[in-house]
Amino acid sequence: MVMARRPTTHDPFNAVAEPKRRQVLEVLGVRELSVNEIVKKLGWTQPMVSKHLGVLKQVGLVSERRVGRQRMYRVNAERLKPIYDWVAPFERYWSESFDRLDEVLEQMKKER
Amino acid sequence: MSAKNKTTITAEPGKQELFITREFDAPRELVFKAHIDPDLYVKWLGPRGYEMILETFEPHSGGRYRYIHKDNDGNEFGFHGVFHEISEELMIQTFEFEGLPERGHVVLDTMRLEELPGNRTRATIQSVYQSVSDRDGMIQSGMERGVNEGYERLDEILEKM
Repeated sequence: MVMARRPTTHDPFNAVAEPKRRQVLEVLGVRELSVNEIVKKLGWTQPMVSKHLGVLKQVGLVSERRVGRQRMYRVNAERLKPIYDWVAPFERYWSESFDRLDEVLEQMKKER
Repeated sequence: MSAKNKTTITAEPGKQELFITREFDAPRELVFKAHIDPDLYVKWLGPRGYEMILETFEPHSGGRYRYIHKDNDGNEFGFHGVFHEISEELMIQTFEFEGLPERGHVVLDTMRLEELPGNRTRATIQSVYQSVSDRDGMIQSGMERGVNEGYERLDEILEKM
């Protein structure tokens, strides 16, 4: 759901092309989490989580905040919006079609 | 029915193809039937709020199809192509959106239907475009829906990724 333009470290579109980074964004969701919490949720090593967080931070998709000795991370929704806007209409076409197909299939199951 | 099934679109940067995957809580036989029975097909293909007019529909190898999505303002968006393979496991067809400024931007769609445990089915569609820009253009246009419909909530955004 992304297009190539500039290197990963500059382009949020490219940064989310990597499935592992999408997983990090998904785990964060609307919450703010520490690295350790993300490590626990994903079951990856800490260096791996930190590496992907670093890229996401660099392209501005994730922001970092210091709380005492901890660094807390959250998704920066404004930077995510253009990516979503790019793919949303196409995705909506298929999501809506298939949601309607679900209804047709339910009806077919009843009529069998 | 368990959790809502999610449609996944995967389009890697710089490639001419994209993948659409979706699971259904129904056996393959029914999912297949909904793709080849014209009365069922018009009930689901296309976004809500559009009238689906199935002008030609010959679901067999070598058969043609043409359909039109009509919105409330009377705008019509036509699509047509030819079927190459039609079976429960595999459907191959060409696809062309008639709303493009020039003709001939044909897409090759291959859909596989896979039987899953519990009478469920997974559909995987591979769409191969003639160029990366054709593919990206199609994604951006959202077929006929070029207009964005507002900012969704962040959790919805993430859910769809």
